[in-house]
Amino acid sequence: MDNLLIFIGLLMCGWFFGRRAEKKHYKSIIEREHKFNAIPAIASRFPPADTVYDQKLVAGSTVVSSDYFKSITAAMINIFGGEVKPYEALIDRARRESILRMKLQAKNAGADMVFNIKMETSAISAGKIGAIEVLAYGTALIPPNTNTVIEADNLNVAT
Amino acid sequence: MLLSNLEILPGKQVVKHLGLVQGSSVRSKHAGRDFLSGIKNIFGGELTAYTELLQDSREQATERMTAQAKSVGANAVLNIRFSTSSIAAGAAEIYVYGTAVELVDG
Repeated sequence: MDNLLIFIGLLMCGWFFGRRAEKKHYKSIIEREHKFNAIPAIASRFPPADTVYDQKLVAGSTVVSSDYFKSITAAMINIFGGEVKPYEALIDRARRESILRMKLQAKNAGADMVFNIKMETSAISAGKIGAIEVLAYGTALIPPNTNTVIEADNLNVAT
Repeated sequence: MLLSNLEILPGKQVVKHLGLVQGSSVRSKHAGRDFLSGIKNIFGGELTAYTELLQDSREQATERMTAQAKSVGANAVLNIRFSTSSIAAGAAEIYVYGTAVELVDG
């Protein structure tokens, strides 16, 4: 009986806090996506040849964790098969957040756009922890003669 | 040192290919942090501790690659790729590789 109560308690916690965190996160993602629309992220390997840009490798990464409710729901869906919606939202959040962090780095470097975007997803399994890491990286193209001060950021590679 | 994941750089010319350079770093968090992340796993949300860990790790791997590129006399590394793999519970390996080249303007 005790075990059942704990289980239900955890489930409620996961459902309540997980949903709240997700809503809050999506709100902030959409807000920042509008802000960073000026810096397009382009998956092409070939940069425009007409201007000579300065370049800088930029990257952004996020580790997101599943919540208890999501884990249990996903385990149940797993029995019958089908679309695992709870995890889709989770990975979508991580991906968009990573791209935004990458764009922030690009913006700090005074870039116009980011080329050759590569995305990478990996499962981080620390014991029982169900978490995924999403990394987004690309080359920021900085127009010449901008006097933007390159701020210190997470990946100090432009030396 | 110019680092880029493009293959062609407008306005620059590759005069010498110096081969593959690479760097890697394996890191883990201490048990306390793992425990806290375990609790976070009930409530959901971002695991900031791990985000930082992997970022530091990536930075170190990039530094190692840059050092290797310098030692072979390159002034740029092109076509850089990152890769992550979890090799044991609580530890992740970050691997970064690219082509070391000598670039000149024009």
